[in-house]
Amino acid sequence: MNNSSWTPASVAETLVRAADTAQPRSSFAEEWPDFTEAEAYRAQDLALVIRRARGERVVGIKLGVTSRAKQRQVNVDTPNVAWLTDAMLLPAGEPVPAGELIHPRAEPEIAFRLGRTLRGPGVTAAEALAAVDRVFGAIEIIDSRFSGYAFTMTDVTADNASSGRFVTGPVHLPTDTLDLSLEAVLVGVDGEIVDSATGAAVYGHPAEALAFAANKLGERGHALEAGWIVLTGGMTDAVPMTPGRHVTAEFTHLGSVTVRA
Amino acid sequence: MSDVQEAADRLLAAYRDRAPIPPLTPDFAGAGLDAAYRIQQAQVAAWVAAGDVVKGHKVGLAAQAIQRQMGVNQPDFGHLTASMFHLEHAPIPRGTFLQPRVEPEIAFILGRPLRGPGVTLAEAARAVDFVVGALEFVDSRIADWQIGIFDTVADNASSGGVVLGSRPRRLEELDLRTIGCNLTINGEVVATGAGGAVLGSPLNSLVWLANTVGPLGVRLEPGHVVLPGSMTRAFDVTPGSTIEARIAGFGTVTAVLQGEADE
Repeated sequence: MNNSSWTPASVAETLVRAADTAQPRSSFAEEWPDFTEAEAYRAQDLALVIRRARGERVVGIKLGVTSRAKQRQVNVDTPNVAWLTDAMLLPAGEPVPAGELIHPRAEPEIAFRLGRTLRGPGVTAAEALAAVDRVFGAIEIIDSRFSGYAFTMTDVTADNASSGRFVTGPVHLPTDTLDLSLEAVLVGVDGEIVDSATGAAVYGHPAEALAFAANKLGERGHALEAGWIVLTGGMTDAVPMTPGRHVTAEFTHLGSVTVRA
Repeated sequence: MSDVQEAADRLLAAYRDRAPIPPLTPDFAGAGLDAAYRIQQAQVAAWVAAGDVVKGHKVGLAAQAIQRQMGVNQPDFGHLTASMFHLEHAPIPRGTFLQPRVEPEIAFILGRPLRGPGVTLAEAARAVDFVVGALEFVDSRIADWQIGIFDTVADNASSGGVVLGSRPRRLEELDLRTIGCNLTINGEVVATGAGGAVLGSPLNSLVWLANTVGPLGVRLEPGHVVLPGSMTRAFDVTPGSTIEARIAGFGTVTAVLQGEADE
């Protein structure tokens, strides 16, 4: 029973407008206390309809809330999944378009390109990894449409998991010789190492995150298509992209990726 | 202001009585870190007089976040003695530590002496015979870890014990900065990290140590173990825990803390 004036469609329109104008808003929690996960994904899908109508093309998906620390922060025990479109691709070397974003933060991630379609439910991590064509390093620029990143799990799911931009790394490897649970990343801010992590920080293993995504999208009748990019989730805390700052993610085998604000 | 030997005696009593003591800082207001290192060295002298042997050193406060927390802009160091070394998989007896925390590290074993000041990274790298994975147990003789920089330096840089892994590797085969590490306590991954979390590179830590201890008359000798600092934050551990550090290229280092049922 929805006692609120909000609907998935009005949430979708509001969040797309917030992104377009770079104007954040507050959580929906007070205005729509019984906003459900299903309605949040419905809002996310309707926002994608708006994006497609203006010419954006789906190039893959991303996972959010994959670390236990973040899951505890928003009081959940599973990640969420969201859409990546071509408008979110940031070419290597291009600065983060600060004026188009609200409060961008950089996260190092392990990314996959799928060689085969993955259709859930019932996909295992082993099947998921077998569908991967190449693995690469990436930096995702997240940007929440909620002020101060103060959101509930339904808020952030509706908000396309705080998607912003993403940059892919220079080294694309097959997965069969890499232990992704020990693939490490060093995060440098203006040349200073501020954090480090491994792929185990991503829901135990990035392939577990991929399987989760295939199964979660399978519930809504979507498959992960061959050729899609999958950003598997932040390995460390996100680094605020304040003006002039540059952030580098240096991986064990996957090369280095740098973004600058 | 208190006396160096009296402070060392208080810390030695904390070990003997297995009872942490209040922080030293209030009694040493205004004293420099040189006084804290003299308190540390007075304890080492007591241990050596009692038959223990210095087997190496540890660098602490290697992560920037911890340095900021302590209000310092450099690491600190402590002494490792023979009695602090424990073997993999062999339960470490209850009562060995007061309030232990664990840290995964990449340990250097020296093949040549290093005499600072003036040691370069090239000389430090040349002095390394081999490298192994390690678990360090840090511990504090100060009640509830209420330590300032003066307290931890005086308290042997909060040293406790060390378990070295059993897969020695040569330095030239490795990029120490991007080696990944997963720390597991009782089967749960509690933290992940990489070698570069240690002062940008664990070798930087060895250079800092060599140049810092030299003027204090402390020697880094062939066969000595150097623990350069943790790849993750430290985690509290309790009796009966099994701790594993899985370190890329080094396999797994496993430490076991004896539990109540094992007594």
